Amino acid sequence: MTPLLKVENINKFYGGRIGCADVSFTLYPGEVMGIVGESGSGKSTLLNCLAGQLEPDGGRVMFDTRAEGMKDTVSMSEPERRMLGRTDWAFVHQNPRDGLRMGVSAGGNVGERLMAVGARHYGDIRGKAVDWLDRVEIAEDRVDDRPSAFSGGMQQRLQIARNLVTGPRLVFMDEPTGGLDVSVQARLLDLLRGLVRQMGLSAIIVTHDLAVVRLLADRLMVMKSGHVVETGLTDQVLDDPQHAYTQLLVSSVLQV
Amino acid sequence: MIEIRDLEKSFTLHNQGSAVIPVMAGGELSVAAGECVALIGASGAGKSTMMRMIYGNYLAQGGSILVNGVDVAKAEPREILELRREVLGYVSQFLRVVPRVSTLDVVAEPLLNVGSDMEQARDRARALLKRLNIPERLWGLSPTTFSGGEQQRVNIARGFAYDYPALLLDEPTASLDATNREVVLSLIEEAKARGAAIVGIFHDEAARNRVCDREVDVTEFTPRAA
Amino acid sequence: MTQSGQYNFAYLDEQTKRMIRRALLKGLAIPGYQVPFASREMPMPYGWGTGGVQVSAACLTPDDRLKVIDQGADDTTNAVSIRKFFQRTADVAVTEDTTDATLIQTRHRIPETELAEGQILVYQVPIPEPLRFLEPRETETRKMHSLEEYGLMHVKLYEDIARHGQIATSYAYPVKVQGRYVMDPSPIPKFDNPKMEMAAIQLFGAGREQRIYALPPYTDVVSLDFEDHPFEATKANHSCALCGASDSYLDEVITDDQGTRMYVCSDTDYCATRRAQGHVGLQGVPLEDNAA
Repeated sequence: MTPLLKVENINKFYGGRIGCADVSFTLYPGEVMGIVGESGSGKSTLLNCLAGQLEPDGGRVMFDTRAEGMKDTVSMSEPERRMLGRTDWAFVHQNPRDGLRMGVSAGGNVGERLMAVGARHYGDIRGKAVDWLDRVEIAEDRVDDRPSAFSGGMQQRLQIARNLVTGPRLVFMDEPTGGLDVSVQARLLDLLRGLVRQMGLSAIIVTHDLAVVRLLADRLMVMKSGHVVETGLTDQVLDDPQHAYTQLLVSSVLQV
Repeated sequence: MIEIRDLEKSFTLHNQGSAVIPVMAGGELSVAAGECVALIGASGAGKSTMMRMIYGNYLAQGGSILVNGVDVAKAEPREILELRREVLGYVSQFLRVVPRVSTLDVVAEPLLNVGSDMEQARDRARALLKRLNIPERLWGLSPTTFSGGEQQRVNIARGFAYDYPALLLDEPTASLDATNREVVLSLIEEAKARGAAIVGIFHDEAARNRVCDREVDVTEFTPRAA
Repeated sequence: MTQSGQYNFAYLDEQTKRMIRRALLKGLAIPGYQVPFASREMPMPYGWGTGGVQVSAACLTPDDRLKVIDQGADDTTNAVSIRKFFQRTADVAVTEDTTDATLIQTRHRIPETELAEGQILVYQVPIPEPLRFLEPRETETRKMHSLEEYGLMHVKLYEDIARHGQIATSYAYPVKVQGRYVMDPSPIPKFDNPKMEMAAIQLFGAGREQRIYALPPYTDVVSLDFEDHPFEATKANHSCALCGASDSYLDEVITDDQGTRMYVCSDTDYCATRRAQGHVGLQGVPLEDNAA
């Protein structure tokens, strides 16, 4: 099987400080990988480097493009990378305000990616928008409301619909359940799991919530001070952590 | 089907003075298709540890664990995931599910994971839930709110939904009444009959004697204090 | 007494005019592309057409005949004051006749009479960036233009249809130029959009925003739309009460406190010319009687 993403020795420095260092891994189609670590461990820096939102200081991010096969997204031209960002990639931000247009209706938010890749039939665009709102459990009669009138959980689901409407193959998620009530989180996780399976999505999820990765991720990467300290199957890393930091992380979770 | 050679396991507690606790050395196990082998030994002897290592949940420090030709001790995560999807089932003592997912879908999930049609998978799930006497009114609810015995039966239904060629059973009959115990034992017998290789932990001696062909005492693999 | 002797020709100094001409040439070379230029302080407030005035100043020669219109009319405050400004600072001939003029500065309209080769139409532009209200970051909109990422423009039209059942944008309706740049045609009514494919040169000046853009003659100008909601150049469904024209853009005029209204051509030259030719609308009187 061809990997979807092959990350080789990604480095990012902020002056003399390490953002992330020597990160390498391979992601196969359909795999969901979690990246955990405390604040400042470099997990968001890494995610932004992978998603083309931040330029790494070294290393390659090879992506299996539809047209040309494996291609380094760090060195490809900006228009090409931005095109990937609208088609094969999706990015779900922690704060839905960063990923939504708050002044545009829910339907317009979902339709934007379609229009960005050339859809020019209003009826079709709207039909797809309504279909996607339904898939993320937003009622059809909210299609013309602006996201500012939505609850936090609804905004996050709208952001997911907006991202998935063009059928991406790789989804980057930065703390997708952060800032949500626990009950809303559960609903979102369930939804994400269903979508990942139905669409055969690959995903990279950054979070500090171990419960989230246990439910969503097949594999886990643990980061500390910009370095990857442990990788493996999610349940193996959580149930039989090998590295001192992972052991500390796992033992620090409050039991309910 | 399952071949374990020279298995080694220790826990290093980095945050408690890096204490190293050896728990297994020289572990050996061989289970053929259609065979059921019981792991025995006192509590803490390493039965569950061995089972978790076979499933890839615990990392082995040495030796090999061949399941259907894949060495779980060295395999990549995606190989182990594929093994778990297609070959190796595990009925643990605890049910771990996403909140909000209905019992029916929890049971049907392993079938969906191998690409079964949704309705077919649900039909199979309904049949199993019925056989394990889970009242139909509960099927649409999440099992997170069920009693311990009900959760255990949902767990068993999930484990038997797909016909895994290899099965790991951790106390499958614990906390079950006589009727349901009987159902579970016959499920195990049917799995054996279709050729599944089974490794089980049974404290219920009568059950063990009925379904198991051999016993392996894991105490033999307990490392001697040096 | 003319005071032109006290100003450099057309108010601006020659270096400034050269700078503006360079921007204009670049704009003509890349139709629809917004060229930054060092906009000067003009002796009039922003919003009164400082961009258009600077472009006109850079184009005027002593032989030109200048026409200035505001909303189609030659006799409104803005038009009158800009015309007087150039009469005073450049001493150029002025005219109200669209055909006779060599340079026409306009605010919010394109004349009804078809323009010919050799004429220049200068637009006053308040906000040159068509993506502004959707994406406030100028760095981002510039990138979107350079990478031809115009999906967002359709989001605006989508929102219109979602909210009003049709594309309700009726002026400053976005266009795509020569298959490349999306451009704000300045706040002309969308009725005028099809006229932008014309024989004259069109120059756009935004003084406060310091941007110039341009359309060479016969440039393709396509109004954006959806397949199932095609662009329509709409106007009030009446004919002019004075000249009877049914093909010109109309202003609605309230004539008393009871809400009585009449529709008249917004292009005063077009209306007057028709009336001189003997066309009479429902409420109009023949031109001779009116004058008598």
